[in-house]
Amino acid sequence: MQPDISVRHLNKTYGDGFQALKDINLEIERGEIFALLGPNGAGKTTLISIICGIVNLTSGEVKAAGHDIIKDYRKARETIGLVPQELNTDSFETVWDAVSFSRGLFGKAPNPDHIEKVLKALSLWDKRNNRIMSLSGGMKRRVMIAKALSHEPQILFLDEPTAGVDVELRRDMWEMVRKLRESGVTIILTTHYIEEAEEMADRIGVIRQGEIILVEDKAQLMTKLGKKELRLQLQHKLDQVPGELTLEPVELANDGWELIFTFDSQQEQAGVARLLRTLGDLGIEYRDLQTRESSLEEIFVGLVHE
Amino acid sequence: MNLYGIRAIYKFEMARMKRTVMQSVLSPVISTCLYFVVFGSAIGSRMGDIDNISYGAYIIPGLVMLSLLMQSISNASFGIYMPKFSGTIYEVLSAPVSYVEVVIGYVGAAASKSVILGLIILATAKLFVDYDVLHPFWMLSFLVLTSITFSLFGFIIGIWADGFEKLQIVPMMIVTPLVFLGGTFYSIDMLPEIWQTISLFNPVVYLISGFRWAFYGVSDVHIAISVGMTMVFLALCMTAVWWIFKTGYRLRS
Repeated sequence: MQPDISVRHLNKTYGDGFQALKDINLEIERGEIFALLGPNGAGKTTLISIICGIVNLTSGEVKAAGHDIIKDYRKARETIGLVPQELNTDSFETVWDAVSFSRGLFGKAPNPDHIEKVLKALSLWDKRNNRIMSLSGGMKRRVMIAKALSHEPQILFLDEPTAGVDVELRRDMWEMVRKLRESGVTIILTTHYIEEAEEMADRIGVIRQGEIILVEDKAQLMTKLGKKELRLQLQHKLDQVPGELTLEPVELANDGWELIFTFDSQQEQAGVARLLRTLGDLGIEYRDLQTRESSLEEIFVGLVHE
Repeated sequence: MNLYGIRAIYKFEMARMKRTVMQSVLSPVISTCLYFVVFGSAIGSRMGDIDNISYGAYIIPGLVMLSLLMQSISNASFGIYMPKFSGTIYEVLSAPVSYVEVVIGYVGAAASKSVILGLIILATAKLFVDYDVLHPFWMLSFLVLTSITFSLFGFIIGIWADGFEKLQIVPMMIVTPLVFLGGTFYSIDMLPEIWQTISLFNPVVYLISGFRWAFYGVSDVHIAISVGMTMVFLALCMTAVWWIFKTGYRLRS
């Protein structure tokens, strides 16, 4: 099956000479949730903007749902819905008119039933006759999503969808995204909230200084690059790591009251057993122990600062 | 062709006219009526006829043209500038619409508003001044052609402008003087010869002259030249718009 998004050797250099994207290659499969992570200015929005037709590419090839975004731009764009980062709305329009406008703009015949369904799904139905300027920030964000869904896109881009929205709305949006995926929509999201990517994404792509440095299945990424920690609360304070343990990835914390052993999450538990045995041999007693897996955020920070 | 897309843009723009009827319709109609009252009924009755046409009636085509040009430019420039200003332009740029369709939507709406306004002003003028339309077909053709041409011009200004001030500069600093010096209130035959020659470099002379011919059968320049010059200006504007979309000037980086 052909990928929904195919990006090959994509480069973008702006008029001032700044190279925003460098030889990007990326494929996103139908029906997956793909999270694109990267620090500010890494090129996430430029990449999305090129795929959606807002920014011109310098070289390379991009296809959406199998259609070239330049040669066959109509068919390519028909399949795409975009929720941009900024809250760009027509303040004086009503919610209903703004969403209907988007549907028409994307070449779809009026369908009040569909608009009603979208507005109800986003809890906007009661606000349909309100002018957008009278809505709260969170509601405006919902309107942006409703506009992007008005023409029933096959691919949905969410550029920082939950930036500045409250926790409840964020949870609602995650739920909505999952439902969309269940209906077969491919979702590409950029986010600063790593928790969001961890919660929702099937695959993660990391972009740094215009280059994709990693694309990986989320679970595999967590396993491959994730670390585990074993923390031991000691009965007696230690001044330094005992000589027998210096070859192990062990460090003291909490003024010598805690011993931390870091190991690969892929590694067998042999290291832990060996450590505990050595501690027993040395007569080092502990009150408690915990293990903790590193979060996606820690993996991400590690990657972008490499 | 994305007809639904064109319809969406057109409807959206026309809806703004309904929302701002005071500013879009009433205000230009009232200000033009003031000209009819002052120059047509009051001062006009004390002035001599020009080309056997009463002064009040003589200035009607020029005044309608003044409103038409200003409103066409203003409607179209504002129509495309506002999405740029508010950021909603992203939606148009990412939609499956060609630049021809975008132009038809925005310019079509701006020109429609101007034509409606022009007809309202003409109807209102009847209340103050008696006039006839000798060639209704040509009068309407000039009305539509000028509206489209100057809406295209306004569209270009709207894309070029990066602030509200620039939106006003061209209509106020260039178009208004050209209209006033383009024979709105007089025939250019009344000017000294050197100023007659200079006036021929003013494109608005050809618009007003042609429009006046459609009313009364008299003109400063031959009707064919008027039509030709209007078409040349239309072609220039279309070329500029084509270049804007081809290069993405101030739209796509």
